[in-house]
Amino acid sequence: MRSAAVRLVDISKSYGDVWANKDISLTVEEASIHGLLGENGAGKSTLMKILFGMVSPDSGLLEVNGQPAAFRSSADALEHGIGMVQQHFSLIGTFTVAENLILGRGSQSFGGRWVKRLDLKAAAQRTRELSDRFGFGIDPFALCHDLSVGARQKVEILKALWGGATTLVLDEPTAALSPPEAEELYEVLERLRREGTTVILISHKLPEVMRLCDRVTVLRDGAVVGDREIALAARRPGGQRAAMEADLVQLMIGRERPVVSQRAPRDLPPVLSIRELSDGKRIDGLDLTVNGGEILAIVGVEGNGQSELVELLIGQRKRISGAVELDGTDITALSTKQRFDKGLAHIAEDRHASAIADSMSLTDNASFGFIDGAPFAPTPFWLSRRLRSRFAALLVARQNVRASSPDALIESLSGGNQQKLVVARELARAPRLMIAAQPTRGLDIASTTAVHEALLALRDRGSAVLLLSLDLTEVFTVADRIAVIRGGRIVGESPIATADATQIGQWMSGAASKEPV
Amino acid sequence: MDILTISLVISAIHLGVPIILPMLGGLVSERSGVMNIGLEGMMLGGALAAVAVTFITGNPWLGLLGAIVSGLLSGLILAILTVTLRGNQVVASTAINLIGAGITAALVPIIWGVDGTSPSVPKIPSMTIPGLSDLPVVGPLFSSLTAMDYGTFVLAIVVWWVLFRTDAGLRIRAVGESAESADAAGIAVVRTRFIAVMTSGAFAALGGAYLSIVTLDVFQASMTQGRGYLALAALVFGKWRVWPALAACIVFGLADAFALRSQIVGIGIPHELLLALPYVLALVALATFVGRTSAPAGVGKPFVRA
Ligand SMILES: Nc1ncnc2c1ncn2[C@@H]1O[C@H](COP(=O)(O)OP(=O)(O)OP(=O)(O)O)[C@@H](O)[C@H]1O
Ligand SMILES: [Mg+2]
Repeated sequence: MRSAAVRLVDISKSYGDVWANKDISLTVEEASIHGLLGENGAGKSTLMKILFGMVSPDSGLLEVNGQPAAFRSSADALEHGIGMVQQHFSLIGTFTVAENLILGRGSQSFGGRWVKRLDLKAAAQRTRELSDRFGFGIDPFALCHDLSVGARQKVEILKALWGGATTLVLDEPTAALSPPEAEELYEVLERLRREGTTVILISHKLPEVMRLCDRVTVLRDGAVVGDREIALAARRPGGQRAAMEADLVQLMIGRERPVVSQRAPRDLPPVLSIRELSDGKRIDGLDLTVNGGEILAIVGVEGNGQSELVELLIGQRKRISGAVELDGTDITALSTKQRFDKGLAHIAEDRHASAIADSMSLTDNASFGFIDGAPFAPTPFWLSRRLRSRFAALLVARQNVRASSPDALIESLSGGNQQKLVVARELARAPRLMIAAQPTRGLDIASTTAVHEALLALRDRGSAVLLLSLDLTEVFTVADRIAVIRGGRIVGESPIATADATQIGQWMSGAASKEPV
Repeated sequence: MDILTISLVISAIHLGVPIILPMLGGLVSERSGVMNIGLEGMMLGGALAAVAVTFITGNPWLGLLGAIVSGLLSGLILAILTVTLRGNQVVASTAINLIGAGITAALVPIIWGVDGTSPSVPKIPSMTIPGLSDLPVVGPLFSSLTAMDYGTFVLAIVVWWVLFRTDAGLRIRAVGESAESADAAGIAVVRTRFIAVMTSGAFAALGGAYLSIVTLDVFQASMTQGRGYLALAALVFGKWRVWPALAACIVFGLADAFALRSQIVGIGIPHELLLALPYVLALVALATFVGRTSAPAGVGKPFVRA
């Protein structure tokens, strides 16, 4: 056995009566990739924030390279060669890539940093070198809020490696990446391991865990429930791998992997029809129909108009031309609220930006979007606190949201539990058309299945679902039909049963544009 | 055309500087994520401290030092209230304004035994720059400005340099944009905010001292007349950037100077209206710019680590 890069001994941390971590011990070997698995709220992020000095544990010990260590802040952790990529982005949008990378590492002397010019040229040069080393192709002078999610994730990794980190913690790094981007990341991680870096990877995606990790530790309810070595034979798809995966699922959720129920084809009139829709910028003459009782998945390389299409549909973006009909009535002139009243619901792609208010309570967040009508407002001048609490409790129960109390701030929930609340709230609208953008981002296996089941239930009731997803497995699990978006228009469509992955790939990249469809 | 002479420029500078100084203070504080509506109160504190120390020592330069100390103190109080105790920034800094106005007014009779206005004290003298002051047209400019006027512009350059060119500035701005991100990057958020807010207090106090021992030679209750708020308006106008905000301050100063001159020259507009000009400008600025400003994203948000 190689020596331990990081050792955590009997770490405990509680928030109120919730034990986020309870006597957790973890040893991570040098130059290995160590997976950390567990359901939403199992305590993975908390444990890693403790290792990174961002959260102070109630009790327990840390050892780095065999030496005891105590971190009071992430500055201490960085100094000990530990870098971390947070679950949600920690880049500053108004800063350039180079500025974000050099942030906090510019100069060592306290006096010097007030007078000396910060050498951003050198930082940019270093950024370029580091980025080229991994083939990232990042422009050091780009503003971070202009970057795609994938590029931002890469910048986060560069940032963690900037100070020469020897241990790298990644908290669900591929949750927001498209498959090819994730693939690139896997190669980077494998390369880092070869070069001697220790990686701790938090993930809900078993295939990537199986492919990358040397060892995994599974947490449940804040405690370690198991530890497995992943044999080389299990890394490749095949018999041994399936058995191993089943074993991990069993450890994580205490039962077998739930299966998504079968479905029968439906044939109902269109719920959503879009004709020649343009916004003058990213959406350019888009045509699309979604029938009742149908789940239509839109796939495409990120930045081809997915987000803009959603904004157009919910009325947050100005339409230049074209029509959008919901159940046969034109909704283009309606406000967002009127559209929601007409039967639209929306699971937002970026929950922090547009689905929840971080510093409000779970109950408040549960009632967003229902303010001036049923179910809690008998009159426009009064919101019933009792009814709202009851509603929140209902949502919590439906999607199995884990929180310390209904009054807990939503930001104190684990990322996956925040997402579950959003999904439950939007489902509660009983929509005619559900626009679900990355609905299972950051969800654990059981919750992902629960969301898929809920979408299928909508479909079985005759509603339509427009699914935007980067996860092709998800698309093939739930969708009835698949449409490919590129350059702001739909370039190809196919029923899921006859969908051909190569063809879809060509549509996405544009290689098939010359061929007859 | 007598109204548009070099003396108008001079009085615009004289009236602009006491807005520029608190503006720079507000800029530093808000860039670090702490809203400082308390500039007005901090100015009053500085104005009184400057006169009191000058009164005791007879030296207006020591008076300036006294103002800086009072500003650091008021900044320290605001920092403790908002950063350590994580109180609401608007409420805490408004409290600074109320307390600043109240205490300074109450201290005048206690120190000097008279109500309202202190006895006069020595002023900071204006400097005559040999050579330049003999120039035609612009000559008077170089004989009527004080070291503090020049110092203010130097200070603006320093603030710009530190905030936008140095490592410390990047840290301050990062803390103001997202305290959590800055924390994750290993930056001491609390310390950075303390430094910024205390600096802000010192700058605002200097602005107050300018009014009491450069423009005048006495302290009067409420003598700042809302300049702290004008400074805030200039910040919004200038989108939290040094030079545009400074330009806004000069415009306010010019409007003020214009109003004063018109009182003497008489241009047919009621001068009460003209006196309100800077405030009207500020109102227009706030009303037209507020919706689409680029305030630091973290302003108003207290930072707490789990
Ligand atoms: N700041 C906080 N205040 C209160 N409770 C918290 C806080 N941070 C985490 N928790 C609680 O601790 C538990 C573990 O949260 P953590 O974020 O570590 O989960 P996780 O395993 O990362 O889940 P996910 O997969 O959803 O990201 C959760 O029940 C969460 O509600
Ligand atoms: Mg997490």
